[in-house]
Amino acid sequence: MAADTPVEYIKHHLQNLTYGKLPEGYERADGTVVEEATWTMARTGQEAMDMGFMAIHVDTMGWSIAMGLLFLGLFRLVAKKATTDTPSGLQNFVEMTVEFIQNIVRDVFHGKNPIIAPLALTMFVWIFLMNSLKLIPVDYIPSIAHALGLEYFKIVPTTDPNGTFGIAIGVFLLILFYSFKVKGPGGFAKELSFTPFNHWSLVPFNLVLELLALIIKPISLALRLFGNMYAGEVVFILIALLPLWIQWTLNVPWAIFHILVVTLQAFIFTTLAVVYLSAAHEDH
Amino acid sequence: MNINLTLIGQTIAFAIFVWFCVKYVWPPITEAMSARQKKIADGLSAADRASLDLELAQEKASKELQKAKEESAALIDQANKRAAQIVEASKDDARKEGEKLIEQARAEIQQERVQARDALRAEVAAIAIAGAEKILETSVDAKAHSEMLDKLAAEL
Repeated sequence: MAADTPVEYIKHHLQNLTYGKLPEGYERADGTVVEEATWTMARTGQEAMDMGFMAIHVDTMGWSIAMGLLFLGLFRLVAKKATTDTPSGLQNFVEMTVEFIQNIVRDVFHGKNPIIAPLALTMFVWIFLMNSLKLIPVDYIPSIAHALGLEYFKIVPTTDPNGTFGIAIGVFLLILFYSFKVKGPGGFAKELSFTPFNHWSLVPFNLVLELLALIIKPISLALRLFGNMYAGEVVFILIALLPLWIQWTLNVPWAIFHILVVTLQAFIFTTLAVVYLSAAHEDH
Repeated sequence: MNINLTLIGQTIAFAIFVWFCVKYVWPPITEAMSARQKKIADGLSAADRASLDLELAQEKASKELQKAKEESAALIDQANKRAAQIVEASKDDARKEGEKLIEQARAEIQQERVQARDALRAEVAAIAIAGAEKILETSVDAKAHSEMLDKLAAEL
């Protein structure tokens, strides 16, 4: 492991595997100077930070796509041979999930849109799977990655703000899209300008308030999920610093507790996204 | 914890997953589910119908049974009546026949009695005449005294 002190250990575990562009003339951690701007794997946290926006978290992307493919593969497999007779175990499980989502959408969403339910299903299962990665002991995958020559490896995509904000931005774009589509540009502008106070002199005030409320939606979605997952991850890392003989007394209850958190956070994210989209569909 | 291209990559991945789910995952599963729902509902309503049919059939059967019972009871009643009638009629016949026979026998007896009496009377008359002849030692003119003798015979 590339970490000797607890602080380094924690920092190391919270650093993503970053592939990005180093600017021309950049002095790397080992003292070499980059001749021209190059795309390369960051070797330290500082390098990853200096790459700025032109970088990508390989671990976050890889694991989230893997989880997405796992979800789609599993569900597609069932969808392909879905039978109307007595369902097998896997189909039963899939149908249970689908029904669960259908119920949420039926309760929360009041418009008519065939996209919302599958969207909610994707969010719920995908986020659930990504969160579930946290239950893998914190050192397993990074150790394997280290043996393969990768300096950093953080497997839970939802402990990366990029991961959660990426999904939240998708939801936000859908909110904007349906707001424009259902209410029309004029209707949407009117809703932003004349609520909550229906008076012309208060339009600027309303506008500020409503725009803030609108922007808060994806931020709250992303930060809630990220915050919960990140905090849980940090606690797992801290527990991993304890002597071996005591670790399990804290690790086991925390992991069991996280079975709940993992499901709950996926559920909250999905439900709130559906609530926001429902509001976007409501024409006053 | 740096915000970078991952953000956009994640959004794109999300969009693709949602698109795939909307297009290839959700419809077949929900269709299968609603088809099964319909199947179950149909099955249940068929079962309801069948039990209703059964009830109706049972009712009909019990009605038929009742009717058959009534009919047979009526038949038996009729037969009983008829039998009683026949018995009564034959009793009557027998009685009449018997009475007729008795009547006949009586008539015959009467006739025989009259005959016997007549024969006896004639014999008595003959015996009386013979006795009288002996007593008188003369022949009695049967012709002369026949009237008297007849009278005598009639008194016997």
